[in-house]
Amino acid sequence: MLRFIGRRLLIAIPTLFLVITVAFFMMRAAPGSPFDGDRKLSPEIEANVMAKYGMDRPLHEQYGAYLAGVVQGDLGPSLKYKDKTVLQILQENYRVSLTLGLSSIILATVIGVSLGVLAALRQNQTTDYVVMTIAILGVCIPTFVTAPVLVLVIASKLGWLPSAGWNGGALPNLILPIVVLTLPQVAIISRLTRAGMVEVLRSNYIRTARAKGLPENRIVRRHALRAAILPLVSYLGPAAAGLITGSLVVEKIFNLPGLGKFFVISALQRDYTVVMGMVIFYAALILILNLIADLLHAVLDPRVRLS
Amino acid sequence: MTGTILTPGSRVGAETMEKAARGRSLWDDARRRLLRNKAAVGGMIVLGLLVLAAIIGPYFTPYAYDQINKDHVWAPPLTQGHLLGADSLGRDLLARLLTGLRVSLAIGLVATTVSLIIGVAWGAIAGYLGGRIDEIMMRVVDVLYSLPFIFFVILLMVTFGSNIILIFVAIGAVEWLTMSRIVRGQTLSLKHKEFVEAARAAGLGDGGIIAKHIIPNLLGPVVVYVTLTIPAVILAESFLSFLGLGVQPPMASLGTLIANGAQDMELAWWLLVFPSLTMVVTLMSFNFIGDGLRDAIDPKDR
Repeated sequence: MLRFIGRRLLIAIPTLFLVITVAFFMMRAAPGSPFDGDRKLSPEIEANVMAKYGMDRPLHEQYGAYLAGVVQGDLGPSLKYKDKTVLQILQENYRVSLTLGLSSIILATVIGVSLGVLAALRQNQTTDYVVMTIAILGVCIPTFVTAPVLVLVIASKLGWLPSAGWNGGALPNLILPIVVLTLPQVAIISRLTRAGMVEVLRSNYIRTARAKGLPENRIVRRHALRAAILPLVSYLGPAAAGLITGSLVVEKIFNLPGLGKFFVISALQRDYTVVMGMVIFYAALILILNLIADLLHAVLDPRVRLS
Repeated sequence: MTGTILTPGSRVGAETMEKAARGRSLWDDARRRLLRNKAAVGGMIVLGLLVLAAIIGPYFTPYAYDQINKDHVWAPPLTQGHLLGADSLGRDLLARLLTGLRVSLAIGLVATTVSLIIGVAWGAIAGYLGGRIDEIMMRVVDVLYSLPFIFFVILLMVTFGSNIILIFVAIGAVEWLTMSRIVRGQTLSLKHKEFVEAARAAGLGDGGIIAKHIIPNLLGPVVVYVTLTIPAVILAESFLSFLGLGVQPPMASLGTLIANGAQDMELAWWLLVFPSLTMVVTLMSFNFIGDGLRDAIDPKDR
C-alpha cells in the first residue's frame, strides 16, 4: 500500500514539473506584460519594476528561480495585486470554490447513485425512462445555459433567491450556484451507476445471493452496490476537472469571489505568478484525486492488487 | 465477418435464406439496428435539418448577421422583419443564430478531425509496435490525461489571441487522448489476427499493415467516439466563447450568442432562449446518434 502511494507520488512529480514548465513558457510567450496599464510607465520606471520582480534577467534564469521557489513552497508575489503573495490570494479565495465544489460533488453522488440504482432496478419501466431522460438532458444542457436561465426565472422573475454575490456564504446565495454545478454531475453519475448496476445484477454471485434467500434490499445494498459503483470511483478525477471547468462559468455568472474567476482575469492581465499558482494548485488537486480514486478502487474491488 | 447464425430447426423464410446466403456484413447489420433505433433516427433527421439550415440558411435571411440597424434595437420576435427578434445593436437574431450554428458545427467537425488524425495515428502506432515504445507513448497519454486541460486551452487563447484556426487546433489537441486509448486497445487485439499475419507473409511492411489493415478495421469504435466527440468540442468552444476567449465579434458562435443573451436577458429574453434551445437540440441529436451508433456497432447485449 505505502509502496503504491510512493510510486504514484513519484510519477506525480514529473507530471507536475511538466505542467509548471509548459505553463511558464506559454505564459511568457504571450504578448504584453503585467505592467501594461492604462497609464504608460516611463522606460526608467518600467525597468525598475522589471528589475524588482527579477524579470530583467534571461528567461531560463527566471524559470530556474521560479522552480526553486516552488520547491520551497514559495509561489512568489502577485504582479497585479501589489501587496499580496500568490499564496495569500489562493488562501483567501479557495474557500468559495471548495465549498461549491464539495457540496456539488456530495449532492451529485447521493442523488445520482440513488437515481441510477432506482433506474436499474426498474429497468425498461417508466421510472427508468424518466431517469434516463433527465440524465440525457443533464448532459446536453451546459452550465452556461442553466445558470442564466435559472437566474432569470428564479431570481429575477420570481425573486425567490438572490441572483448573485457571495454574502459571506449565506445559504440562499449558495443554492443556485450549487444546483447549476450539480445537475450535469447528477446526469453523468446516474448513467454510470445504472450501467454498472444493470451489469452487476445479472452476475452469478447476485443470483447466488438470491438463491440463498437474502432479502432484495440487502442484496442491492450489500452485494450489488459495492461492485456497481466501481466505475464511479474512476470518475472522481474527471468529475473534479468538470467541476473546475464549471466553477469558471458559475463564479463568473454569479459573481462569486472564487479561484475560477481569478484565473481568467489574471491570465488576461498577464499576472504570471497568479496564473502559475492556480495551474499548480489545480494540477495538484487533480493528481491527488486520481490517487485517491486508485486507492478507493483497490479497497472496493478485491480483484485489484496494488503493485 | 460472420453472417447470421442459422441454428438447425429454426424456421427461416426464403427471403432471409437468400440474404444469409449472400452474407451480411457487420456494417449492414449495424445499419439495420441503427435505423430501428427511434431516438437515433430522430437525432439524424434533426441534425440533418440543422446542418442544412446552417449551410444555406444565412443566404435566405432578410438581414446579414453583422448588419447593424439603429431603429431595430431590442426588436422583439416577429416584429420589423425579425423572426427571432434583434439584439442590442439591432442585428437580426435569426441571421446571427444561423451563422453561429455554422461556426459551431464547423469547429466541431474540424477540431474532431484534428483529434481523430492525432488519436488514430498515435494509438495505432503504439498498439502495433508494442513493447517499450507502446509503454512510453501511453505514459505520455497518461500524463496528459491528468492535466487540467481547460487551463492550457485558456492559456493558449490568451497567448496567441483568439482566432478560429487556433480554436480548432487547441480543442483538437485536447480531445485526441481518449481516441488514442480506444485505438490502441483495438489495435492490440487486431494485430494477432490471421489477416495481418497473411499480409506480413505477403511482404507488406509495418506502415502498410497499419494503414491498409489495422486502421480500416478499427473504424467501428472510432466512428462511435467521433459522434460523441463533436458535441464535446462544440461545448468546449462555447465554453471558451462564454468566457470571452473564443470566436470574436461580430462573428458569432452558439457560445458567444448565449453569453450575450445572458448579459441582456432582463431586457430581451429571446436573445438567451433561442440560442440556448439551438445549442441543446444540437447536442442532444449528436448524443442520440452517438448512443444509437454504439448500440448498433458494439452491441454488448443483443
